[in-house]
Amino acid sequence: MTKINIVQAVNMALREEMARDKSVVVLGEDVGRNGGVFRATEGLLQEFGEERVIDTPLAESGIVGISIGMAVCGMRPVAEIQFDGFLYPALDQIISHAGRIRTRSRGRYRVPLVVRAPCSGGIHAPEHHSESPEAYFAHTPGVKVVMPSTPYDTKGLLAAAIRDPDPVIFLEPKKIYRAFKEEVPEGDYTIPLGEAKVVREGSALSIITWGAMVPLCKTVAEEAKGKGIDAEVIDLRTLSPLDTKSIKASVEKTGRAVIVQEAPRSCGLGAEVAALIGEKSLLYLKAPIERVAGFDTPFPLYRLEKYYLPDAARVMRAVDRVMRY
Amino acid sequence: MPKEIIRKFEVPYLQVLDEEGRCDEGLMPDLTGEEIKELYEFMVLVRTFDEKAVKLQRMGRIGTYAPVLGQEASQIGSAYAMEDEDWMFPSYRENGSYIVRGVPMAMVLRYWAGDERGCQMPEGMNNFTVAIPVGTQVLHAVGAAWAFKMRKEKRVAMVYFGDGATSKGDFHEGMNFAGVFQIPVVFLCQNNQWAISVPITRQTAAETLAQKAIAYGFEGVRVDGNDVFAVYKSTLDALEKARAGGGPTFIECLTYRMGDHTTADDASRYRSQEEVEAWRVKDPIERLRKYMEGKGLWSKDYGAKVQEEAEERVRKAVEEMEATPEPEVEDIFRYTFEEMPQNLEEELQELREALTEGRK
Repeated sequence: MTKINIVQAVNMALREEMARDKSVVVLGEDVGRNGGVFRATEGLLQEFGEERVIDTPLAESGIVGISIGMAVCGMRPVAEIQFDGFLYPALDQIISHAGRIRTRSRGRYRVPLVVRAPCSGGIHAPEHHSESPEAYFAHTPGVKVVMPSTPYDTKGLLAAAIRDPDPVIFLEPKKIYRAFKEEVPEGDYTIPLGEAKVVREGSALSIITWGAMVPLCKTVAEEAKGKGIDAEVIDLRTLSPLDTKSIKASVEKTGRAVIVQEAPRSCGLGAEVAALIGEKSLLYLKAPIERVAGFDTPFPLYRLEKYYLPDAARVMRAVDRVMRY
Repeated sequence: MPKEIIRKFEVPYLQVLDEEGRCDEGLMPDLTGEEIKELYEFMVLVRTFDEKAVKLQRMGRIGTYAPVLGQEASQIGSAYAMEDEDWMFPSYRENGSYIVRGVPMAMVLRYWAGDERGCQMPEGMNNFTVAIPVGTQVLHAVGAAWAFKMRKEKRVAMVYFGDGATSKGDFHEGMNFAGVFQIPVVFLCQNNQWAISVPITRQTAAETLAQKAIAYGFEGVRVDGNDVFAVYKSTLDALEKARAGGGPTFIECLTYRMGDHTTADDASRYRSQEEVEAWRVKDPIERLRKYMEGKGLWSKDYGAKVQEEAEERVRKAVEEMEATPEPEVEDIFRYTFEEMPQNLEEELQELREALTEGRK
């Protein structure tokens, strides 16, 4: 088994799924000859040819809308949108069509489509290259939303997303694309969509998070241990549909919840998680739910980026507050 | 340092049958007398259906409806040229094309009566669902046609849209992809000259819409959209070209929306009666009738019989639509995903319980 990072895991999943199923095609800006701006599609053009690895014109709505048409007619397109902030021109196609075609046709047509995009901040990028748009998609009926945080999960979740009969928005936290490596087996395995993972077991509080915030929260949990606080960390992995059972089980065990998201706070996915806890587990709570989030401002250019992104200090303050209550 | 013209372009226009029903035999497509009669019968059927649908809306028996009136030649001539294995991607006004493609009229009515089962195409019928956001379906057709090309299938996708859609980004992106990748797709634009209240002069400064194709590197033609032969011929040519690997074609059918945008609209607020009257004399059905009469293909008895049969078929379709049992509330949830996730199960359960309680 080789040790690989997240971007290599994306590449491995794409390569294996393309080899396994001829209907899988990859398309997007710079995905062919250049291997993708993050090299996620490196080598695929050479291996599968330009009919299956397609450098498209610069048109995000076009890439997604055309992928919808392909998917309806029997292909399994994996569309890459180069950066999170360029997903927005495709929102109309995702909201108005990808998520509705099965319903509109009462099951006659389906859209087995994956839209991949790097997401979130932390790499000192220009404007529009650091967005965390998951809540827009999680609010959209008929599409699933995935955001992995480890190489192993990335490969298994992406394979599952490609095989899924419904559209999946697959967001890849670019800050941790190459942050660490772990052993990822070659060959077939999938991780079912809709299942969260307890990445650190604990009894005192539940830190619920996803994406690039997962390694941060694990670090904070280790620090908290030094203070005698035994924190559980849950990586949601699939953001829609949410694994309500895992959230409920953890919070009912610990009685405290801190939700950590990089996206702006208001109406973010954390609000949904908090509401679910309120609805299902209120009487188990020993303290008010805390949210640590990006601010309700545009994502700043990189001189101020580190102040915008939730960091260990802010997460720890929230941990202390729920423990002190 | 030369300064010279490096490219010149032309925009062809095709009319086979003029307003008086006179035909240019040299341009006439290869159609038998029986086929011409079939085209006429479809046009009468669609107009009868259309008039009935408007009345049903006025009576509150169906919801908002988008009439075809005036565009029968554009819709029927083009759909008639397609093969069954080709795929059609409509906007929301292609009730006529749907009927030619074999979609049961009761289904079309069911859609307008607020029931998604009206878009649940029978298996084997390659007609896509209605697309309401203007121009968005252009991309779906390009993607579908690309899938056919990848699998080396001899199918073509044809997408319907109007003049308003040519202002949209998705139209541009779809045309551009189709040109770059030589996709077997036909862009069938019904330029009915009005996007609700906004005239074509507010959509574009271009003299024709057909010329837009030139900028994407493929052929664009304008045809008399009220001439069923011209529409049929140009569509057939475009489909055959696409099937043979010749890439996309843009067809601008110059026609006129004789009715309101939908039954929720009142076109008298923004356009003159004179303009409408000037188009009435270009009626697509009347000119075909005149042509057929001259050829001995139409008589008063035949005309009456066609009308009577159309009314009978529409009456039966309305009956069938109205006899359809109500959709089940579960259908709201059932088709969101292939497998219903937990949150939808819970929402459905809550609704069921609320309904049960409400009935107590």
